[in-house]
Amino acid sequence: MSATITKQAPGLTSSSAVMALLHMRTFIALFLVLIFFSFAAPNFLSTANMMIMSKHVALNAFLAVGMTFVIITGGIDLSVGSIVGLSGMVAGGLIMNGLNLGPIGYTIYFNVVEVVLVTLAVGILIGALNGFLITRLNVAPFIATLGTLYVARGFALLSSDGRTFPNLVGNAELGTTGFPFLGSGVILGIPVSIWLLVIIGCGAAYIAGRTPLGRFIYAVGGNERAAALSGVRVNRVKMFVYMFSGFCAAIVGLIISSELVASHPATGESFELNAIAAAVLGGTSMSGGRGKIGGTIVGAFVIGILSDGLVMMGVSSFWQIVIKGVVIIAAVVVDQFQRRLQQRLALQQQAAIGG
Amino acid sequence: MNADQEVILSVRGATKVYPGTIALKSVDFDVRKGAVNVLVGENGAGKSTLMKIISGVEQPTEGTILLHGEPIRMTSTQDAIRNGIGIVFQELNLFPNMTVAENIFITREQCRFGIDIDRTTQEEKSRALMRRLEHDIAVDRPVGELRIGQQQIVEIAKALSQDARILIMDEPTSALSATEVEILFRVIAELKAQGVAIVYISHRLEELVRIGDFITVLRDGSITGSSSMKDIDVPWIVRSMIGASSKDYAKTAEHKYGNEILQIEDITLPRQGGGYMVDHVSLSLRAGEIIGIYGLMGAGRTELFDCIMGRHKHAGGTILVGGRPLPKADVLERINGGLALIPEDRKAEGLIQIMSISDNMTLASLWNYVRGVQIDGKKERATVAQYVRKLAIKIANPDNEVASLSGGNQQKVVIGKALMTDPKVLLMDEPSRGIDIGAKAEVFRTMRRLAADGLGILFVTSDLEEVMALSDRIIVMSKGRITGDFQRVGATEQAVVAASSVGHDITGQTMEARS
Repeated sequence: MSATITKQAPGLTSSSAVMALLHMRTFIALFLVLIFFSFAAPNFLSTANMMIMSKHVALNAFLAVGMTFVIITGGIDLSVGSIVGLSGMVAGGLIMNGLNLGPIGYTIYFNVVEVVLVTLAVGILIGALNGFLITRLNVAPFIATLGTLYVARGFALLSSDGRTFPNLVGNAELGTTGFPFLGSGVILGIPVSIWLLVIIGCGAAYIAGRTPLGRFIYAVGGNERAAALSGVRVNRVKMFVYMFSGFCAAIVGLIISSELVASHPATGESFELNAIAAAVLGGTSMSGGRGKIGGTIVGAFVIGILSDGLVMMGVSSFWQIVIKGVVIIAAVVVDQFQRRLQQRLALQQQAAIGG
Repeated sequence: MNADQEVILSVRGATKVYPGTIALKSVDFDVRKGAVNVLVGENGAGKSTLMKIISGVEQPTEGTILLHGEPIRMTSTQDAIRNGIGIVFQELNLFPNMTVAENIFITREQCRFGIDIDRTTQEEKSRALMRRLEHDIAVDRPVGELRIGQQQIVEIAKALSQDARILIMDEPTSALSATEVEILFRVIAELKAQGVAIVYISHRLEELVRIGDFITVLRDGSITGSSSMKDIDVPWIVRSMIGASSKDYAKTAEHKYGNEILQIEDITLPRQGGGYMVDHVSLSLRAGEIIGIYGLMGAGRTELFDCIMGRHKHAGGTILVGGRPLPKADVLERINGGLALIPEDRKAEGLIQIMSISDNMTLASLWNYVRGVQIDGKKERATVAQYVRKLAIKIANPDNEVASLSGGNQQKVVIGKALMTDPKVLLMDEPSRGIDIGAKAEVFRTMRRLAADGLGILFVTSDLEEVMALSDRIIVMSKGRITGDFQRVGATEQAVVAASSVGHDITGQTMEARS
């Protein structure tokens, strides 16, 4: 059968090699950054430093994983930074003050597990609000999530009048102790937040690669109308991605306030931009339909290591901002180049069989 | 018709090759001064390609264009305008957010000192054009607020303002009311008297006979007839459009029809601003039967399919597949109920261009390959390979992007996707659109085979020859209603064409439906 025969056109092998290199480009970038800093910055490769850096990277990586799904469907979620702030305040408030049932005169104190669950629910709820605005009220994703960015941040500030909830160690009598474990706990020598990232990252990659939901996420971003006509429930898919993004943001809010043992309402400002940058650096296309969770996590590591490494080298933080911008632009340029090459290769293969 | 109707523009030996298809085969076409030069042909016959060549949008692969006997080369519409060629496209090229005057003078703004747009002059000139076209349209109104018919007038005014000596009109009456058509015809007569050469494209045969002076018929990229209008009649046009030689249609495999597999009753789809896009349509289809739905553009055929497929929440009527009602307007429910649609616009609705061939094919039937929570890759690949073989899709690698395939193979991927959902009824909207003749024959063979296997097929086409050759039953739609229902035996082309223009034609000739 002609259908199953793959003939190689001349010159195809060399471009295939280039393609392979291009596919690995985020990994290659990661290695280059690692090698460069291991020479340029003292103590860069020490275990302690690696641990600290990974914890930094993890925060951005959580947001970027959620953001990747959203961007693959052709949307954007600008509200994640504010959800980080608000969920930190929810957790902090519940531990410090409990839930005050005002007129009845009762105050309910939750244990840490309950606090975590409530906080995650708040993140998912704001994601659901984003999804509702976008799917039911037809608000453009950029505008809808820009709105919730302000609303969530405003509520975070209102919750404490702009003050910090300090010293969230909890009270043994009320059963609210144990919160700091999330941010500073260690299991088998590896920080809890890294374990969580592994779980969320693998889960998301599994959804993307092996489940119908993942396939539908790509389909919606690739061509919404064709997807709908194939029986994909487009609105449900969109609801899922925004809720998942809110969930990821709530995790970050919990980890940060746990790490600092305090929650501040301004936490997470401009985090959304770092998350978008990591996703794009990892090969996610802003026009939707393309992107990989693995790429995004590597992208988050490149950005994180770059900024930490530059700090250790003593490079001015102003220059760091410039360098970060240049790296993102370069990544997208290379991405475009790869896409064109890939299309040409597929056309050549097709021409070789005379189709 | 006299000797002073000299040829102002002529196309000689124009051939246009697109990847995969030849749209025009050494076409000769003359445009005469002070006359209405009619161009007619079925969809895909090459009319638009020829017009694009004359208006500078496309360059011919081979052949020359002569203006006043001199060969000219046009690489853009700007070149064409400079040569006095104006075009009114079928799809309006207007900016809805700008005023009538701004639209008329777009890219040719009247300026003081070269930078300051002189609105007063522009509006005065626009008003003069409107008077000439006998239309009372305020020139400072945004075009978006005008009715479609009025927008068409603005488009015509724009072409006139360019001092066009040759004016191409592609289906200018499709959006106009009867009175507006009369005004347009008066304007055309006036322009003719001023020596403007008009190229007029339309599907409405009566209209052509009425205003045309010369007629040229295109079929499959070649000229099949060219004459002075006074020498010919409507049957001559139909004969030239359809031709004697038949395309390679699959032979009818004789088989018995099964039970009624699809019944639709009283389907309605309201139109914005009153009336119906789909006007109380009922029909039934039996297993193994192929019904062809013929009609002009805008007859409501695509909308009918959309209603059957559950894409319109506010559509009325009932749908039964194999006797089982499908009350909920939801695409997934309809797919699960045994319906599958192959949409007209492959690119916009049929395929996800950036996804792989394999992912596209399994998208509608993905749940069949799920084991537990995950997709069983092995089963998915095996099914894809099976359908690639069954439909003889030529692919290098199922993981390549579907965009790398030719039109015919892409269409087969869409058909494969539909078949994988194991449908009882297949709805095909213009299944041969945009694919070359060899691939068409293969698609038709596939349709026959599927019908022989007991599938009910409902297909829409604007190609008369196709509907005559392929259908077991022919249903004709016009203005959202069924205006004709013919068994294959006994249906004549004339009757089908007549039924398709019920409610359209100027002469008011009607054709009663028979069954």
